[in-house]
Amino acid sequence: MSMSEPLFDPLAWLILLPLAWATLAFVLGPGRGAWPAIAGLATQCWLALDLAQKVGAGGTAAHVVGGWGAPLGIDLAVDGLSAAMLLLTQAVALPLAIYARSYFKPGDPAGTWFWPLTGFLIAGLNALFVSADLFNLYVTLELVGLAAVGLVAAGGGAQQVAAALRYLFATLVGSGAYLLGVALIYGAYGTVSIATLLPLVTDDAPRLAWIAGGLMVAGLMLKTALFPFHFWLPPAHGGAPAPVSALLSALVVKASFYLILRLWLGPLQAVLPAFAWLMALLGAAAIFWGSWQAIRAVKLKRLIAYSTVAQLGYLFLIFPLLAAPGAIHAGVMQVFAHGLAKAGMFAAAGVLIKATGQDTVAGLAGAVERLPVTMFAFGLAGMTLMGLPPSSGFLAKWQIIEAALAQGHWIIAAVVLAGGLLAAVYVLRVLRQAFLMAPASATLAPVPRTLEWSAFALAAASVLLGLRGVELMQLPGAVT
Amino acid sequence: MSTGFVFALAGAVLFSLGVAGVVLIGHLLRRILAFNLMGSGAFLVLVGLAQRQDVADPVPQAMVLTGIVVAVAATALALALVRKLHALTGQLGLPGDVDE
Amino acid sequence: MTSHELLPLAVLASSLLPGLIIFALPEAWIGVRTFLNLFAAIAKLGLVALLLAGVAAGEEYGVRYAVLPGLELALKADALGMLFITLSAILWLFTTLYAIGYLEGAPHRSRFFGFFSLCVTATMGIAMAANLFTFFIFYELLTLSTFPLVVHRGTDKAMKGGTIYLAYTLIGGTALLAGIVWLHHLLGHTEFAHAGIAAALGPEYAGQLKIIFLLLIAGVGVKAAIVPLHGWLPQAMVAPAPVSALLHAVAVVKAGAFGIVRIVYEVYGVEFAQSLDLLYPLAIFAAVTILWGSFRALFQDDLKKRLAYSTVSQVSYIVLGVALFGPIGTIGGLVHLVHQGIMKITLFFCAGNFAETLGIHKVSEMDGAGRRMPLTTLAFSIGALGMMGAPLTAGAVSKAWLMDGATAARMDWAIWVLWTSSLLNAAYFLPILWRAWLRPVPAAWPEEHIARRGWRETALLLLLPPLFTAAATLTAGMLADSEATPLAWARLIAEREYIGQGRP
Repeated sequence: MSMSEPLFDPLAWLILLPLAWATLAFVLGPGRGAWPAIAGLATQCWLALDLAQKVGAGGTAAHVVGGWGAPLGIDLAVDGLSAAMLLLTQAVALPLAIYARSYFKPGDPAGTWFWPLTGFLIAGLNALFVSADLFNLYVTLELVGLAAVGLVAAGGGAQQVAAALRYLFATLVGSGAYLLGVALIYGAYGTVSIATLLPLVTDDAPRLAWIAGGLMVAGLMLKTALFPFHFWLPPAHGGAPAPVSALLSALVVKASFYLILRLWLGPLQAVLPAFAWLMALLGAAAIFWGSWQAIRAVKLKRLIAYSTVAQLGYLFLIFPLLAAPGAIHAGVMQVFAHGLAKAGMFAAAGVLIKATGQDTVAGLAGAVERLPVTMFAFGLAGMTLMGLPPSSGFLAKWQIIEAALAQGHWIIAAVVLAGGLLAAVYVLRVLRQAFLMAPASATLAPVPRTLEWSAFALAAASVLLGLRGVELMQLPGAVT
Repeated sequence: MSTGFVFALAGAVLFSLGVAGVVLIGHLLRRILAFNLMGSGAFLVLVGLAQRQDVADPVPQAMVLTGIVVAVAATALALALVRKLHALTGQLGLPGDVDE
Repeated sequence: MTSHELLPLAVLASSLLPGLIIFALPEAWIGVRTFLNLFAAIAKLGLVALLLAGVAAGEEYGVRYAVLPGLELALKADALGMLFITLSAILWLFTTLYAIGYLEGAPHRSRFFGFFSLCVTATMGIAMAANLFTFFIFYELLTLSTFPLVVHRGTDKAMKGGTIYLAYTLIGGTALLAGIVWLHHLLGHTEFAHAGIAAALGPEYAGQLKIIFLLLIAGVGVKAAIVPLHGWLPQAMVAPAPVSALLHAVAVVKAGAFGIVRIVYEVYGVEFAQSLDLLYPLAIFAAVTILWGSFRALFQDDLKKRLAYSTVSQVSYIVLGVALFGPIGTIGGLVHLVHQGIMKITLFFCAGNFAETLGIHKVSEMDGAGRRMPLTTLAFSIGALGMMGAPLTAGAVSKAWLMDGATAARMDWAIWVLWTSSLLNAAYFLPILWRAWLRPVPAAWPEEHIARRGWRETALLLLLPPLFTAAATLTAGMLADSEATPLAWARLIAEREYIGQGRP
């Protein structure tokens, strides 16, 4: 372990910086604080990239908060998986911040507390990805959940507040189950440190550890909105303002998935694989159900939200394959592909809704003509979701299928291929409508170019990553 | 059966009751109370199971303190949202979710 | 990076970069757009000529790039690929000229030409792909970049056609992907190689390899419009004429046929494929497609639909040539890849001219068109005669080689299939020619858009491309045995890749 100078440790700054600009935004008052946020996020991007390069080259990083080590203090640690998640979080948040600055006009009630809440959300996410003990993970999980609920409610309408409450209860039950699992683990082993637990939890683990594992994973599945626990996601993600939907779909649900993966590969690796096929089954069901609902959705953002339900399903298909190398690479690639593409797609949807004044698929006629950049962005993001080459979604699918075939689980390969076709149906539903000639009566409100191009940047990144996956794939190789 | 184990068992029962409340009850204030019950149950398990030796273990105490802070924050947020919903709709239950 | 690595990339970039710039151009910048279009087409032709000269001299061009550890994008320019590249590059220039004329004054031209350029880039990528993985990437890019062209008009009918097109091609693409990953899993790579790579697996894999073959051929067979996967092609007729030309002659169906050639020869290897009993069923499918396409064409009154079914039939000549186990059939199939392209693009240009100039969309409206538009009708007649395999045309050459190939392979029924198809071709083309040349001129044309000016029966940019390609049809037929013809190149491929060093 390399210990850098504590004061300049990028690990600490990745958490401190968003806290700082969030607090500053709060002090500055309603609707303010965009520029500090963008500056902070740009710095965080650079820090995360630097960290990822170090970890990819084989290094690790750790930080002991305030000099107080475990068990009473808090340890932070970074390996390939966390470095990848940190990188994705900053890389998605920065363009979304630029987007949100133009999206929320001064005085827009939906943007009143966007900046502080986003800052706390990012700080929570970053802290989650580097936490090295189960209890600190619980705290960060709650921080993320509460900030996310606040963002969902920010719209202020009855539907949004109701969606936020529904989301709040789901997330509280989820983290409650996780916390109970942590309590049982502590009861059984007397520690919550991931590194200490690793050698302790063996194949002949006590029943308590099994119950704990089940509780933790069930709670996290609820928070990841895995079918059939997805009920809260479409109203929350579909109802929030576009930048919020993008943050939630791209990043927040990935946090709890990350945690499942972390437990699976780490302290609970002797226990959790018993649930592997259950997870894959639910993942497959999520793909089919989510896609089907997206195909039927009336509202555009609802469609995209259901697409998230479906795309999260792919992440759970990797669990039966984790015994052999390759599956975790596929998972990381899919997390990136969906993160970038879904952020881009929600951002594009935000532009379309602002321009047409309505959130329906049917209202999109003529969009290709009037908003070509936005529709191009939507198309590129759609390509990634469909898994068409040369996008990163394609590489993710390729890797899942190949891992599945290598282990003889052709059924998983079949699900992935079928899922791609279903995604094509709902993505093309939108594109097809947008290609239609606009009704003569329709007028479009002018939309700032920044909105269009930041959506485009995210979507294009999701495609271009498919041409340069080698560096990213060094990270999951460095999982400890 | 040690005292700690009894506490833990009681905690588990409280937790289950709490979950059932959050999931089944329609009235939002009661749901928030149920959530608090759930949290307390988890804390009780945490402290109870750790009480195997005669010496009190400080780590779970620290965790429970942190957990209480989190639960208070969550409760505050939930109450604020319920007030807002009540102000908007005049109701204390969640309206149905529609896509139209 | 050496020039041998750069040249294939430059061929791609010569249409990709102008395409991306064209997307960004304001609609009104007609001059800049036209310049970029033509500059790109001519630059590409120059680069392809360089590449062609090098490949003819035995140089090797290629470039590789890893997208994932163990997974490479790889391009190479070999003799087979060059056949397709040269055809596409030449026809692209003509189609671009034609499209500039055809779309004059129409909306959304920046979008159109942007996707047009992407489409050709994808075609070049397909031709130069050095492994199935790369092939697949460009193959799907081709699907995506043609969709906006098919639905360009934005009408409900265009949407329906485009949706059907995508449904077929995306499902086909999924089958192809399944086959490719499976093969990649078995072999650890999917590089194209002389005499194939699949034979390296032991006989215990024969069953799996057969299923993979089915998946791969079904995947590319959709674009090659093999019956019963051909349903999209007549529906895609709603596209503007230059797009139809592109679909039928330059890019899409050709990409499918080319894929079959690559898979049979360079993935499985023709001998190994024969030993797995894969070629005979393929020949049967090709024969059925040839007959069914020709048969259905008989009953189409819509001119473009008749031509579409004709394409269904003609493209399977290529497949039949591949499936006829032997070098002569191979030469016939390969040369038809080029000849069918020249002839069919002529026909579609002419059909577009009839529609744009006089509003003629149906065969029954063709009466007297030859008097009003003699040059277009002449070009159309040459293309049609070529399709029938009339002497002196390019079609005669490919048909002769295919028939010899069938004789050499002792598949006499294939000769009968070819003869029957020729008769059917005559049955659906001759009435058109008869109406156009011999029936009296009607009192009024359905919708006359472009008036006659002197010898110019229609806009110059619409008239010249079909005349050029018609002339090429005759040249390729009459001078077939000289050097620097498609036939000579097809023989070079057959010699170099399958007969000479190809045998293990």
